[in-house]
Amino acid sequence: MADFAFVFLAVFTVICALGTILSRNVVNGAMCLLLCLIGVAGLFVRLEAYLLAFLLLLVYAGAVVALFLFIIMLLDVHGLPAGARRLWGMVGGVAACALLGAGLAGFIVRGQLPEPRAGEVALVGASLKGYAESLFTTYLLPVEVIGFLLLIAMIGVIVLSQKSEEANPP
Amino acid sequence: MIASGLNAYLALSFALFLIGFLGVLLRRNTLVIYMALELMLVAATLALVAFSRYNGTVDGDVFVFFILTVAAAEVAVGLAIIVALFRQRQTVRVDELDALKH
Repeated sequence: MADFAFVFLAVFTVICALGTILSRNVVNGAMCLLLCLIGVAGLFVRLEAYLLAFLLLLVYAGAVVALFLFIIMLLDVHGLPAGARRLWGMVGGVAACALLGAGLAGFIVRGQLPEPRAGEVALVGASLKGYAESLFTTYLLPVEVIGFLLLIAMIGVIVLSQKSEEANPP
Repeated sequence: MIASGLNAYLALSFALFLIGFLGVLLRRNTLVIYMALELMLVAATLALVAFSRYNGTVDGDVFVFFILTVAAAEVAVGLAIIVALFRQRQTVRVDELDALKH
């Protein structure tokens, strides 16, 4: 039964990811991205990382996809004409993806990592105490740096989205 | 039936990364490319959580925290840049945004 849940979530996630990159309509793509992130959050729940599943839904589904939809509506990209495709760009892209796909096939066929059973290893991802201890002892400096990075990003976005009159050519 | 162990999660993560990579290379709408980039970040996140779970350590989960934070900041700054570009050039297509090429 557990395997059925995994297969269902995996197929759902991959289909939604394909929908994200293949749909003509950008709004449909953003909706597929939202569903894909919900699938990944389900996989996190199966991996017993409940806090991360919740955070993924909160940050990605709540903030990032909403921001994407907002920008799509703001820019109104539907009325733009479609240009001609460049042949060599397509060929190069498909070739690079075929290489990566060959890597995936090779991994599935031959690259088997030693696999501990889920019941045998200590379950640390589910306890909030483990996160807190790790974040405020071993990773204290990265936490401070990340907080500062968020501040910089916030100020940068405010500066970027101001309308500059003198830099705008007529 | 596929066994849902570490290898299955890694293969799924690889597949998601591949889809994101395909999107970045083949699509020319900047917004779609950005969504494909997010997909690649989430794929890396899934691999980290799977490794963390099957090795019994919390470090992978903590890295996912940092990835989430950086991704949120990146999306905010990137979308602001896209909006500023759209104001200047009235387009979001990557093959028309070629001012650095000429």
